[in-house]
Amino acid sequence: MAYSEKVLDHYENPRNVGVLDKNDDSVGTGMVGAPACGDVMRLQIKVNDDGVIEEARFKTYGCGSAIASSSLLTEMVKGKTLDEAGTIKNSDIAEELALPPVKVHCSVLAEDAVKAAIDDYKSKHK
Amino acid sequence: MSVYLDHNATTPLDERVIAAMIPYLKECYANPSSIYREGRLARTAVDSAREQVADLVNVQPSQVIFTSGGTEANNLAIKGTVSDASRRLAVSAVEHDSVMQVADSLGSHWGVDVIPVNESGRVTEKAIDDALQEKPGLLSVMMANNETGVIQDIAAIADKAQKLDVAIHTDAVQAAGKIKVDFQALNVNLMTLSAHKLYGPKGVGALIIDKSLQLSPLIHGGGHEMGYRSGTENVAGIVGFGMAAALAESELEKRQAHLMALRDYLESHLAAIQGVSVIAQDAPRLPNTTMIVVPGIEGETLLMQMDKENVAVSSGSACHSQNHQESHVLLAMGVSPEVARCTLRISLGKDNSLSDIDYFVFVLEKNLNQLISSTWP
Amino acid sequence: MKLPIYFDYAATTPVDPRVATKMMECLTTTGNFGNPASRSHEFGWHAEKAVEVARKQVAELINADPKEIVWTSGATESDNLAIKGVAHFYKKKGRHIITCKTEHKAVLDSCRQLEREGYEVTYLTPEANGLIDLKKLEAEIRDDTVLISIMHVNNETGVIQDISAIGEMARAKKIVFHVDAAQSAGKVAIDLASMKVDLMSFSAHKIYGPKGCGALYVRRKPRVRLEAQMHGGGHERGMRSGTLAVHQIVGMGEAFRIAREEMVEENQRIQQLRNRLEQSLMQLEEVYINGDLEHRVAGILNISFNFIEGESLLMALKDLAVSSGSACTSASLEPSYVLRALGRSDELAHSSIRFALGRFTTAEEVEHAIHLIPDKIEKLRELSPLWEMYQDGVDLSKVQWAAH
Repeated sequence: MAYSEKVLDHYENPRNVGVLDKNDDSVGTGMVGAPACGDVMRLQIKVNDDGVIEEARFKTYGCGSAIASSSLLTEMVKGKTLDEAGTIKNSDIAEELALPPVKVHCSVLAEDAVKAAIDDYKSKHK
Repeated sequence: MSVYLDHNATTPLDERVIAAMIPYLKECYANPSSIYREGRLARTAVDSAREQVADLVNVQPSQVIFTSGGTEANNLAIKGTVSDASRRLAVSAVEHDSVMQVADSLGSHWGVDVIPVNESGRVTEKAIDDALQEKPGLLSVMMANNETGVIQDIAAIADKAQKLDVAIHTDAVQAAGKIKVDFQALNVNLMTLSAHKLYGPKGVGALIIDKSLQLSPLIHGGGHEMGYRSGTENVAGIVGFGMAAALAESELEKRQAHLMALRDYLESHLAAIQGVSVIAQDAPRLPNTTMIVVPGIEGETLLMQMDKENVAVSSGSACHSQNHQESHVLLAMGVSPEVARCTLRISLGKDNSLSDIDYFVFVLEKNLNQLISSTWP
Repeated sequence: MKLPIYFDYAATTPVDPRVATKMMECLTTTGNFGNPASRSHEFGWHAEKAVEVARKQVAELINADPKEIVWTSGATESDNLAIKGVAHFYKKKGRHIITCKTEHKAVLDSCRQLEREGYEVTYLTPEANGLIDLKKLEAEIRDDTVLISIMHVNNETGVIQDISAIGEMARAKKIVFHVDAAQSAGKVAIDLASMKVDLMSFSAHKIYGPKGCGALYVRRKPRVRLEAQMHGGGHERGMRSGTLAVHQIVGMGEAFRIAREEMVEENQRIQQLRNRLEQSLMQLEEVYINGDLEHRVAGILNISFNFIEGESLLMALKDLAVSSGSACTSASLEPSYVLRALGRSDELAHSSIRFALGRFTTAEEVEHAIHLIPDKIEKLRELSPLWEMYQDGVDLSKVQWAAH
């Protein structure tokens, strides 16, 4: 698979790898994918009192582009409001990373992950 | 002195082709299906060769399916398209064995129409019309004949076939590299090419396809070549084919002029030899092929004599030179079996020279005189 | 040391320099370029002679008669010819074929094609170690079984099947037995005078010969009949038409000659290197070897690094040319069907890497890999949510995954 420079950069120097306390009320956790499909992505966001995402962390089991997609995603969501983050589309990620067609599903997974994290946060603040 | 005048059987490799192949036999040996860098380099090499072959016959690279040679490409073209629905196949009477025998093998399941040729070895308009009446699933007519060099008017034949929605295949193994071959302009659906007839390596060929055509594979397993032909790609061979095709394209005019000059020179000398005649001399022919008849002298005997003096020619197609039958091509042209046994094929190559011709004519005359004197004491 | 290091000898091998030299002699104008079917001149005779020398060299490695060797364009074509050729020829006798789920695609896809033509195919499931249980094979044999096709050495795991025993069984029941030996020639002793194998497929490019060349062994006593799959010209005694690629065939012959002379010593050396690599990697946590440890060729190590996805590991190991399964399918996203057939979980099937060592692998290269791999594994596991869950004691098989 010939990957773009950006995928290789995120893969080799992944941003914001790690864990936030999932029991913290200000943290939303989204875990999507399945080992059987070859990728599992976990995105966590920490939201401040103004409803702005101030921190994001991820861990991903998957191919290079899955790792790059989630790493890029943590950079994209930081500083966004929940509503803004909710509008991130998989195509934004796929274009930014110039993903080959067979790898577009990795960006879909990233979009699912951010939606799941937002849902989790919202469910804690009903 | 050793003179090779059997280029329709096979050609020596061009030095530039060898040079292009060597890296893929040595350092760049990865499997093109491997995803690491070396594998991708091999894949790129295969893709570039695909472009070169595509350019030679004016098609898109995605229309080129690499095979193990012309025989496989002919098998794939015919067996891959003739479906149960059509159940008919029409082939010209002068096709190469790899078309004829495929037709024979299908003969028990499908109806096969053999299209006759005239005394010049050409299929006539009327014969094509008759064959098309039967609504065959596929029509296969070769572009240029390996034995006589006679060229068919494929564009006109294809025009008739397309009007009736009959798919048409042309075996262009002998034509490519010797005359201009344009898949688009000919308006055919399938075309066979071979590398070793145009100064490329043996063991590699291609089937050019019109992608709107349904084609089922002959060799299964792994889905290489867009699913049409499985098996690890013969990378070095394919690269060699690509280079040979590129050279054939860029040097076509030069080669044609050279071959025609040599052939005319040859035929002017032959005309001076008593009893020797050229088959289909007035028909459109490849610039390199001359088939002669020497009545009363068996071709096999003559060419064995010639071989002793290091002149390599053939009595017809290399493929059936093992069974000493008369050429089906000549018989189809109405040549009598006795005369058909008395033929010699001279097929020139780009590296032949006038002195090669001089030597050939010298050896031919010498042997003819000896054989004639021994036959008629 | 040249990077990347080539550990993918099961995908293809470099041409041995001695083979390349022989091939070159057939390419140049001053060399042996004739068409072996040309019977009228010396160019043709020389070419034919070279082809016959090569035929003898191939036959000698497997203790067969040169007349039993049919040249093809590669093992894929050989497999197609053997399977379809036998099935078509004996179709009046029966239409049932037995093969195994871990066969190469060339065998499986040929069988699928026959299914479309109305044949019935039984795909055996191997045991967890990759070996076929002979009793289970015997239980599948029917009155209308005409062909059993089982590979000698698996291309992904390196597992060696007991083809001698299967051959005895097939012969006793008068069933044609085909063996894909693309991965075993030159690595495992093959004696067709004693093994009851009727058809055997070979490839040149897996044994330091050129790509695009192979052979099919077709037994003469008792005679096995085939319907030709490629027509025209009647080359190879009518079994396979097409101009013979002399330089390729000469290369394959030389490659088989070298293998016969050097394989015992070579395999010992390769096995030592493989064992060194294996023992070192087994020091890591959650690492599993795929395939039987004993019945396995010297050069192959197929190993799963749990909780790491194979392709990301391939990227991390970019200094090593390795594969995460067979080269034929590595462009797809599916986990290895071979490992799935062995009953490996999806995670482990997705996490596998095949190291295939060969003639030109050095101790230095192996040491470099041993030095490199643990760091990369650690880094990727740091990234892996599955590894974190495993360490927290979560049972991954009980997690409800949001499938996508």
